[in-house]
Amino acid sequence: MAANPARQREVKSTTCYMCACRCGINVTVEDGEVRFIQGNPEHPINKGVLCAKGASGIMKQYSPARLTKPLRRKPGAERGRSEFEEISWEEALTTISERLHHIRETDPKKFALYTGRDQMQALTGLFAKQFGTPNYAAHGGFCSVNMAAGLIYTIGGSFWEFGGPDLDRSRLFIMLGTAEDHHSNPMKIALAKFKRNGGKFIAVNPVRSGYAAIADEWVPIKPGTDGALLLAIIHEIIAQGLYDREFLMRYTNSPDLVNVDLESDEFGLFLRSEIEVEETCIEPANKMWWDREREQAVHAHAEDTDPRLLGEFELEDGARVKPAFQLLKERVADYTPEWAAGITGIDAETIRRLAHEMGITARDEKIELPFPWTDAWGKEHESITGNPVSFHAMRGLAAHSNGFQTIRALGILMTILGTIDRPGGFRHKAPFPRPIPPCAKPPNDPEAIQPGAPLEGMPLGFPAAPEDLFVDEQGEPVRLDKGFSWEYPLSVHGLMHNAITNAWRGDPYPIDTLLLFMANMAWNSSMNTERVREMLVDKNDDGEYKIPFLVVCDAYHSETIAFADIVLPDTSYLERYDAMSMLDRPISEFEGPVDSVRVPVVPPKGECRPFQDVLVELATRLKLPRFLNLDGSRKFRDYKDLVINYETEPGSGIGFLAGWRGKGGEKFMRGEPNPNQWEMYAKNNCVYQHELPKSYQYMRNWNRGYLHWAQDHGLIRYTDPVNLHLYSEVLQRFRLAAEGKRPGRQPPDYLRERVRTHFDPLPFYAEPLETQAIDKNKYPLNAITQRPMAMYHSWDSQNAWLRQIHAHNYLFLSPQVGAQNGFDDGDWIWVESEHGRVRCMCRFSEAVEPGTVWTWNAIGKAAGAWGLDKQANESQKGFLLNHLISEEIPSGQGDYRFSNSDPVTGQAAWYDVRVRVYKADDDEPKQTSPQFPTQPRVPGMEPARGRWQSFVRGLGK
Amino acid sequence: MTQLALVIDLNTCVGCHACVTSCKEWNTSGEAGPMVDRNPYAKSCLHCEDPPCVPVCPTGASYKRPEDGIVLVDYDKCIGCEYCSWACPYGAREIDEQQKVMKKCTLCVDRIYDETLPEAERKPVCVLSCPTSARIYGDIHDPESEASRAINESAGYQLMPEWSTNPANHYLPRRKVKITVHEEDLQRADNPLRKEDRGPRAPTSRTTLDDSTSW
Ligand code: SF4
Ligand code: SF4
Ligand code: SF4
Ligand code: SF4
Repeated sequence: MAANPARQREVKSTTCYMCACRCGINVTVEDGEVRFIQGNPEHPINKGVLCAKGASGIMKQYSPARLTKPLRRKPGAERGRSEFEEISWEEALTTISERLHHIRETDPKKFALYTGRDQMQALTGLFAKQFGTPNYAAHGGFCSVNMAAGLIYTIGGSFWEFGGPDLDRSRLFIMLGTAEDHHSNPMKIALAKFKRNGGKFIAVNPVRSGYAAIADEWVPIKPGTDGALLLAIIHEIIAQGLYDREFLMRYTNSPDLVNVDLESDEFGLFLRSEIEVEETCIEPANKMWWDREREQAVHAHAEDTDPRLLGEFELEDGARVKPAFQLLKERVADYTPEWAAGITGIDAETIRRLAHEMGITARDEKIELPFPWTDAWGKEHESITGNPVSFHAMRGLAAHSNGFQTIRALGILMTILGTIDRPGGFRHKAPFPRPIPPCAKPPNDPEAIQPGAPLEGMPLGFPAAPEDLFVDEQGEPVRLDKGFSWEYPLSVHGLMHNAITNAWRGDPYPIDTLLLFMANMAWNSSMNTERVREMLVDKNDDGEYKIPFLVVCDAYHSETIAFADIVLPDTSYLERYDAMSMLDRPISEFEGPVDSVRVPVVPPKGECRPFQDVLVELATRLKLPRFLNLDGSRKFRDYKDLVINYETEPGSGIGFLAGWRGKGGEKFMRGEPNPNQWEMYAKNNCVYQHELPKSYQYMRNWNRGYLHWAQDHGLIRYTDPVNLHLYSEVLQRFRLAAEGKRPGRQPPDYLRERVRTHFDPLPFYAEPLETQAIDKNKYPLNAITQRPMAMYHSWDSQNAWLRQIHAHNYLFLSPQVGAQNGFDDGDWIWVESEHGRVRCMCRFSEAVEPGTVWTWNAIGKAAGAWGLDKQANESQKGFLLNHLISEEIPSGQGDYRFSNSDPVTGQAAWYDVRVRVYKADDDEPKQTSPQFPTQPRVPGMEPARGRWQSFVRGLGK
Repeated sequence: MTQLALVIDLNTCVGCHACVTSCKEWNTSGEAGPMVDRNPYAKSCLHCEDPPCVPVCPTGASYKRPEDGIVLVDYDKCIGCEYCSWACPYGAREIDEQQKVMKKCTLCVDRIYDETLPEAERKPVCVLSCPTSARIYGDIHDPESEASRAINESAGYQLMPEWSTNPANHYLPRRKVKITVHEEDLQRADNPLRKEDRGPRAPTSRTTLDDSTSW
């Protein structure tokens, strides 16, 4: 730093929050002003580097779009017009807590709390549970729940926070459906290393954007068809014998025998031996193999047994059984590369070559590490081996209504290549691997909700059978968003994208108060944006709003703010305490658990208050039990206090942070609260990192040493091995229920066929639901979005430096599409779907598959929002694709509509939308459409800045 | 003689813009700043060894430092005539419409010699921030420097060498990795399918050649 002794200079470590990646930063503060933000070289996530967003944090701190005062919609003012008046925090808190108190004492489910990408689910989930409402979720349902659920139900872990590709040792890396990623800087660091080591990088994506820039090969694919590609690759790998037999045999359910007697009520379930097993949340170890020597069924994992993976066998009683792998082979028999070519747009030769490259690299470039380990069955291994083929995938696969099964196919491909938690392949991050499915279950009975009491069970969990669904006696949903109902049984992250529509319609019931935190539901986070905005202001005949009370907490002037009855100004990330907690989604590395914190580097602007403190305050005023001492007095001063003193159960020793537990900070993972835990984190780059012994760093699903370590440290209750679910008995249970073959809960009749079809225990390919329902000749194109590297969703249009990179967006399309439809590069065009149309500018690009059009996500803004001028490019030239996407699709049952989501998980099917394009008339305005009335600035925001936007230290902004 | 420069590896650069905004962040409040909002992002100067932007300057404000080869503008002498930006074939210079002086990349001259910074941080900020370590900084006249080695080993090249500017910055080209699959790779004795080669075994009661011929 150019040394100027007159300035008070201080460098403080904290954690970035310009996106969800959570890099370590060092912030230089001079005379109370942020001068410089740089990557923290000591931090495990980013090792000193930053990204375009991270380096623009100053402009977020000093953004003109910041809210600084609690606000109330003026008495008599219409909702949605941004007519607010300032109120005090006391008034805001009293208003909210009185209202919530009444709801809690009468019908707690009338309060719904939905949050965006907040990184505080440990707290928000606790608040919802203690309040007693099931109507809580974060944004996962409209983000990537298919990726989480699809892989967790297959391999016991998933990408990003939970695991990822071991690019240090990989030789071949395949990235599907990812542009920029949540695991942003680590992915870039790893990719560069991988490329320098001479690995081959293949990008499968309709668009060559983001990291695909440096791919050695780009494989353009039609959106929503990745399942077909993956199944054809599996077909070819099995046909050529390129699978890792040893791995499949020992560590997956491939050899486990499945009942294939169509008449049997046990059809499709595993054959079980008679041995006694304890009833736990773990699948019992009583499955059977076919012993090739003795020609009979034997106990699975019996010593020295070499089971059959293929074939059909007859038991002594005449029953027919097949190993799960045989069923997979049969399933993919017709999924030939030629078949997939017609669907994906990738020629059969390429598909075959990809399969061969994967299979041969996995087989012939084996890695052996000199670390002895013992497996869960007691067998000792001299070394750890691995197959250096790895994958990464995200929303491109997830955000389709066929995404769950597509991702199951990906998990199975990774499995048959023998790459799970092995060097060079996929590796887990603590607290994963978890049992399949994880033990936590949602409540399964409406009685879990009681006035004046906490919710019985956790609001979110992982159903393993129909008994775990949250439905009433008629099989109808209990949650507002219909999560964990027969419509979306495995909606493990909820369905935030339907909360507003459902509340507006009163189906399953109307609510009273909706609290939104950091979620732009009146704009880019909702499908059918225009209609959702109308719902937010729609009234009943009696003049009362259909959603009677809406509280919005955000740090910035988002489109959603305009619809609030109460606005609560949140702090920036540089002004608060945060915990990237083991109870939520920590920042663990392959080598062991890691968690981290944010600590304030500057005081809050204006009257901003961290949302967490607001929740703790409300919880205390509402007398939610876990927020009180036994004598009923206040337990936690604020969030900072709660983070170090909260324990999952009194005396459990497990809390928000894993590092420096115990009175003096001498323990980790488990230990009594440490009053100096914050200081210890602050002194250590705000990170706690534990490195496991090398022999515990791999094969963790089956690694006895690791499993015992994890049990000792409170990560897991049981040390049973987590075998991979090539064949999903969990899904088959739901299917049997739908077929009426299973005692206990069954779906309502109108959902039987839907559940039966989609709960297939083996992955299958079907066109996305919208594609099936629509006239493809009329809407020949797929429309998708990509996330740019220099913007975090809608969040950065208030950031002068980042909007200098992206201030408006184009619809990118192949020149062929322009030629066919008679328009030129740069022309104004209409994009139209079944649900609506948008006018925008187009750009020709060769880096997009010709059946796809795409744009950057969330660059377009409503006029005046985000503190922007009403003529700003964001609203005049920028546009949102959301207007074309419906949040619901026809159900085939009269007027009743399903969420436009995956029927297994409720994942929002953003990328299913089909469109056509045509030239806008020459006399139409050169402006995007639709437009909305200008959203005025609100009290407490600084006056509009002039042309000079940039912050310069010392100019006293 | 020292010639400091950047070597940019196009084989790993993902176009993330981290270098861009971190440059702005450092420099807008630094010696070169403030950076204006118009043409908001300066390009890296190539710190040419024969810089055409220097001789055209009527006041001597545009100059190349003999000690390290960095090309700079002395704001006190610059009259904002823009001759230098016309002369630069790479578009590396932007006039600051507010201060009426020419602005350009300084190779972070206010970092690289600042002894109050930890030694590892005495580098241009774009180099420090780059997530793919695609930006290598060093003395390209020192054959042992990381920058020189990268140029030599990875076929580093200059932009538009035909202009005789002899730019100090170099670029490393894209390198494509291919996997070759041989026919034989698919026909192996250890093919696991052989282990499963079972099929129902024919009953021994069935007629075979054993029953019908006698050799
Ligand atoms: S990737 Fe960028 S924005 Fe995200 S946390 Fe890291 S530095 Fe911050
Ligand atoms: S920071 Fe590095 S990877 Fe990103 S654009 Fe700059 S040179 Fe490329
Ligand atoms: S790149 Fe342009 S400004 Fe830089 S030294 Fe060369 S000619 Fe001058
Ligand atoms: S060397 Fe410094 S001034 Fe030049 S481009 Fe890089 S960050 Fe900007």
